[in-house]
Amino acid sequence: MSDRPHAESAAVLARTPLHALHVARGARMVPFAGYEMPVQYAAGVLKEHLHTRAAAGLFDVSHMGQIVVRAKSGRTSDAALALERLVPVDVLGLAAGRQRYAVFTNDDGGILDDLMIAHRGDHLLLVVNAACKDVDEAHLNAHLSDTCDVERLDRALIALQGPKAEAVLARLAPGCADMTFMDVRPLDILGASCIVTRSGYTGEDGFEISIPEDRAPEIAAALLDDAAVMPIGLGARDSLRLEAGLCLYGADLDQTTTPVEAGLSWAIQNVRRRGGAREGGFPGARIILDQIDSGTARCRVGLLAEGRAPVRAGAQIFASDAATEPIGTVTSGGFGPTADRPVAMGYVPPALAAPGTTVLAEVRGKRLPMAVAPLPFVEPKFKRGNRRLP
Amino acid sequence: MIKFTEEHEWLTLEGDVATVGITEHASTQLGDLVFVELPVVGATLKKGDGAAVVESVKVASDVFAPLDGEVVEINVAVARDPALVNSDPLGKGWLYRMRLANAADFDGLLDEAAYKALVD
Repeated sequence: MSDRPHAESAAVLARTPLHALHVARGARMVPFAGYEMPVQYAAGVLKEHLHTRAAAGLFDVSHMGQIVVRAKSGRTSDAALALERLVPVDVLGLAAGRQRYAVFTNDDGGILDDLMIAHRGDHLLLVVNAACKDVDEAHLNAHLSDTCDVERLDRALIALQGPKAEAVLARLAPGCADMTFMDVRPLDILGASCIVTRSGYTGEDGFEISIPEDRAPEIAAALLDDAAVMPIGLGARDSLRLEAGLCLYGADLDQTTTPVEAGLSWAIQNVRRRGGAREGGFPGARIILDQIDSGTARCRVGLLAEGRAPVRAGAQIFASDAATEPIGTVTSGGFGPTADRPVAMGYVPPALAAPGTTVLAEVRGKRLPMAVAPLPFVEPKFKRGNRRLP
Repeated sequence: MIKFTEEHEWLTLEGDVATVGITEHASTQLGDLVFVELPVVGATLKKGDGAAVVESVKVASDVFAPLDGEVVEINVAVARDPALVNSDPLGKGWLYRMRLANAADFDGLLDEAAYKALVD
């Protein structure tokens, strides 16, 4: 018996400030994006996944990059306008205390990375993927250094996710309770100055908490002291985000995939589209804006297996049993513990993208029927505000 | 008598028919199984062929044929309820039975002490 090969070799791995806590709690540590990270704890991926949806899970995401962009003029609007040169997103319209999803694009309209942008009053705070953070920082410096200072923040980052996340965090930081989805706020936790956003990567309500590195173990331990909270590894983080229909950079998104193909047009606000006040002006704008108007040759869809066999990333998709040429590829797939069935995402031509369409995914030489399904696979539980329109 | 392989399978032998499963160590390492694919009855297996696939939420793992032989029975209960492999890997979680091409090969597999030394 053997696991299929893992991509990463054992180089010198970095450790997050919570490394000792993971080991003490029985984590199985694996290499991930240059870090030694917990893939699961003793409970295992299945129970960690279900616990997060039922109560609360704590995730160490300190490997992700936290980057401050600050305008040399002192005006955050100047930083926002500068950043709009790299993302097809309305950054200028982002209010102080709010966060927004974005992608860095390349000249072909492909995605260099996906990220969060938070307006922190006197600066913008970006959270980027671990595997991309060095390249992202160089990209920001190369394009923004005329008007902005770009600085990596060496802070820990933890996510607290699940229906009990608010009650758990509110005991240490009561101010979190009146935050709504995508709010960002400085909060004091056990005397440490933290930056809290009401967001996450699970489809659940919850928070992401940026903490000074030296205070992170104590704050993580305090949150884990709550009986509702279980530590969650990367394994369940992946199955949770897949059920939530959220993209993983490097799997569902890459430099050859445009945000329109990826179903991320919602992240491109009207002001950056054709006819908008700040139309285009980002790498690949012509291609991306053309696709918004005229469509794409492929698009990301949800796929529900009809049987019990998980269909995983890399499986080729066919239109029929007889077809010799694949029409698409599964980019993320596995077993969805909450969906209680195999779930996947992949790319298919628009003609086959309507929910209910049956396609076939090839697994170990067999073509298994899958139904195109709306995303997400589980209902999002975000605590949405009603005070403003998106 | 129970024998083991370095690939974390166990076998017991009755006549020339071996019952095959995965070890407790393997089932613990894999975590909760959500899918088991078994060989078809009548399939001829060579030692090292992929005989079954066990899948957790995260990963698919091959279970290789420990010896040459022909599949004579599969455990349909684990196909319906893969959790049996986790709860009782050496009992109700058996995977399949094979008629060995050469029953004497069984003696060449690892005994319990040798397998324990391998995984401890």
